[in-house]
Amino acid sequence: MSAPTTLLFDEPGPRARTRHLIVTVAAVVVLLVLLGLVIKGLANPRNSQLTAAKWTPFLQGSTWADYLLPGLLSTLKAAGLSIVLSVVGGVLLGIGRLSTNRVLSAICGVFVEFFRSVPVLVMMLFAYYFALYVLHLADNQPFFGVVVGLVFYNSSVIAELIRSGVGSLPGGQREAGLAIGLSEGQAMWLILLPQAVTAMLPSLVSQLVVVLKDTALGYIIGYYDLVRGGQTFATNYGNLIPTMLVMAAMFIVINYTLSRVAQALERSLQRRGRVGGPPADQLIDNPAEAAKAGAS
Amino acid sequence: MGELADLITRYHVLLAFWMTVRLTTISALGALIIGTIVAVCRVSPVGVLRWFGAAYVNVIRNTPLTLIVFFFAFGVLNTLSISLADPHSPTSIADNNFRWGVVALSVYHASFVAESLRSGVNTVPLGQAEAARAIGLSFVPSLTEVILPQAFRGAIAPLGNTLVALTKNSTVVSTIGVAEIAYQMKNMIEFSPHLLYAIFLLVAICFVVLTLPVGAFFTYLSRRVAVQR
Amino acid sequence: MRTTNKVAAAAATSLLAISLAACASDNSAGGDDSNSITIGIKFDQPGIGQQVGSDYKGFDVDVANYVAKALGYDKVTFKESPSAQRETLLQSGQVKMVIASYSITDERKQKVSFAGPYLIAGQDLLVRADDNSITGPDSLNGKKLCSVTGSTSAATVKEKFADKVQLQEYDTYSKCVDPIINGTLDAMTTDNTILAGYAAQEQYKGKLKVVGKPFTEENYGIGIKKGDTELCNKIDDALDKMVDDGSWQKALDNNFGPADFKPDASKNPPKHIPCT
Repeated sequence: MSAPTTLLFDEPGPRARTRHLIVTVAAVVVLLVLLGLVIKGLANPRNSQLTAAKWTPFLQGSTWADYLLPGLLSTLKAAGLSIVLSVVGGVLLGIGRLSTNRVLSAICGVFVEFFRSVPVLVMMLFAYYFALYVLHLADNQPFFGVVVGLVFYNSSVIAELIRSGVGSLPGGQREAGLAIGLSEGQAMWLILLPQAVTAMLPSLVSQLVVVLKDTALGYIIGYYDLVRGGQTFATNYGNLIPTMLVMAAMFIVINYTLSRVAQALERSLQRRGRVGGPPADQLIDNPAEAAKAGAS
Repeated sequence: MGELADLITRYHVLLAFWMTVRLTTISALGALIIGTIVAVCRVSPVGVLRWFGAAYVNVIRNTPLTLIVFFFAFGVLNTLSISLADPHSPTSIADNNFRWGVVALSVYHASFVAESLRSGVNTVPLGQAEAARAIGLSFVPSLTEVILPQAFRGAIAPLGNTLVALTKNSTVVSTIGVAEIAYQMKNMIEFSPHLLYAIFLLVAICFVVLTLPVGAFFTYLSRRVAVQR
Repeated sequence: MRTTNKVAAAAATSLLAISLAACASDNSAGGDDSNSITIGIKFDQPGIGQQVGSDYKGFDVDVANYVAKALGYDKVTFKESPSAQRETLLQSGQVKMVIASYSITDERKQKVSFAGPYLIAGQDLLVRADDNSITGPDSLNGKKLCSVTGSTSAATVKEKFADKVQLQEYDTYSKCVDPIINGTLDAMTTDNTILAGYAAQEQYKGKLKVVGKPFTEENYGIGIKKGDTELCNKIDDALDKMVDDGSWQKALDNNFGPADFKPDASKNPPKHIPCT
C-alpha cells in the first residue's frame, strides 16, 4: 500500500539532500519551540501543573486501584457488551436488508439509515432518560444508556458492513448453493454469511476502537467510565490536566494495539487468499467500508 | 404540540440548530486544511515530516473526541490562557467556547481527512507519479499539479463520510457549554420529561435533515467526478 | 479458516463472560446483610461527599455514619447518587437514605420524604482570595461566572442580580476552580457548603475565599422513601443527638475548618420539620 507514496519523489541528489536537511531542521525547531511553550505555560506559577504534587499521585496504588482501573474496566465492560450485541443486531439487520421480502428489507433499511444519522450522544441521552423516566430502572441507568446508545448506532454500521460483505462475494457462491438444493435462507446462513463475517473481522476489530472511544461519551450521562473515574480522582488533587494526559495515553495505547490487531488480521486473511474487504477502488461505491474512516 | 412549540422557543432550538450548522461548516473547513497538510507530510520526502504525519494520525485518531475537546478548553484556554476572543468583550466566554470547540473538532477530524486523502493518493496509478517526474516536476509541483487533484477526486466518498461524522460529533462540544442541539436537548428533557419522545424525534430529525442529503450528495459527486481509468 | 473461527468464537465468549460476570457483581451492591445499610452520597464534592481512595469523607459522610450507627447499623455501604438519580434510587430501594447536599423542595416532596434538615446552606460565590471587587451577586456585572449545566443557580444570578454577567457552564464544579485561580474566570456560584469544600482543599488553601453573603436558603434534608414516618422520626432523633453531643459541630469543623467557613449561625444547627 505504501509503494506509491515513496515513488512521489526521486532518490535525492546533493541539492535535494541539503534542502531536506534544511526542512528537517526547521521542522524540528518549530516542534521543539511549540513543545517548549507548552511546558513553560504549564510550569508557570499561576498554573504550576508540572509540580511533583500533581504527578506523584499516579505512583500510588490507590489511584489505579480505586479510580483509573475500575473506570477502565467499566469502559471495557460497556464497550465489550455493546460490540457483542451490535454484531448480533447488525447481522440480523443486514440479513433483513438483503431479504427478498420487500417490506422487511424496507423496514431494516429505514432503521439503519435513521440510526446512522443520529449522533451517538443524542441516542445515549435518550436511552438514559428513557431508562430513568419510562422504564424506571432501579439501577445502572447510565450503563443502560451507554450500551443502548452504542448498540443502535453500531448495529446499523455493522449491518452495512454485512451488506457490502455479502455484496462483494461472487454471485456464483449463492447460485452454487441453490444448485445443490439449498433454499435462499440456507444459502445465506451456510454459504454467504460465514464468508462475509470472516472478511469483516478486521473491520469489526476497528469498529471496537470506535466503540471504545464513544464509550467516553457515557461520562456525560454519569456513567462511571475511565473519564469519570479520572475526574473524580482529579478532584482530590486538583490535577485535571495531568489526569487527562494519563487517560489519553491509556486510550491511545489500547486503541493503537487494537488497530494493529485489525491490520494483522487483515494481512493474515489476505495471505489465505481471502480478500479482507473490497479492493481500494471500490471504496467509492461502498459507503459502509469508507464510513470507518470518518466514524467517531 | 403547543407544549413542544413552547419548548422550542424557550430553549432557542432554531438558534441551536444554526449553531450546529456553523460548528460543522467552519470545522469542516479547518479539518480539510489541517488534514491536507498532515497528508502531505505523510507522503513527503523528509523523514521528520513523515514521522510527524504518522504520529499525528495515530495519536489523534485513537483519543476520544471528548478528551480532545477537554484539552483545548481546559488545557489551552483555561490553563495556558490562550484566548481566541477579546477578553473584555461582553461575549468573550461564548466566543472562546465556540472557537476552541471548532479548533478541537478540526484537529480531531483532520486525522480522518488525512487518512481519506492517503487512500485517495493510493488510487492514483503509479504511472502518474512516474510521468510527473519524467517531465521534470519535483515533489511539490508533482504533488499539487498531478497527484493531489486526482487524490481529492478519489477521496470524495470517505471525505463525505467524515463530514457526516463531523456533523454528528459536533454534539460533543456541548460538554464545554456551547449551546448546540444536544445541549438544548438535555435541558429540554430535564425541564419536560413527559415530552421525551417528541424531543428526541425533533433532535433526531434535525440530524437526519443535516446528514442524509450530505451523504447522498457526496455519493453522487464521487461517481460524477471519479477519474475514468 | 478453522482456527480463525475458533479464535473469534473464543473472543466472543470471553467478552460475553466478562460482561455477564461484571453485571452479576453489580447486583450484589444492595447488601443482603441485615445489619448493613446502603446510603447515597456524592462522590465528587470536596467537604460534602468525596471518594478518597477506597474511603469517603465529607460532612454528609459524617452525618451518614453517625445516623447509621444511631439506628443500629454497624456497616455502611456508600453509593454514588448524582443529582438526577436521587429520587429514583430512593423509590427503587437501592439506597435507604440519600444524604447528598439534597435540598428539601415541594417538588421533591411529591416523590420522596425528608428527615431533617441537618444543615441550612445558601447560594454564595467563590472568588480568588485577593479579589476584593466581588462583594456579592450584584457586583458581578462584567465578570465571568462559572456554574454547572442544568443548575439554575447561575441563571438566578443573571436574572435577579447582574444581567451583564457572562456565564460559563461545565459539567462539574471541579472544572471551574483552576480557571478562577489563574484568572480566566472570576467566580463560581452554588451552595456555600460546596464552595467552602473547595476552598478548604489542601491544594487550594489560601487561594480562594467564599464571599459570605448567601442569597438563597437551602435546607439540606435526608431523603428517604415516601411516607416512611417511622424512619423519619428515628433519623430526626439521631440528628438531635448528633447536635447535642457536639458531633455535629465537630464534623463541621473537620470538613470546613480550613476554609474558615461558618454556616449562618442564626439558622444552624437547624430545627427539623415534623415528619408527615
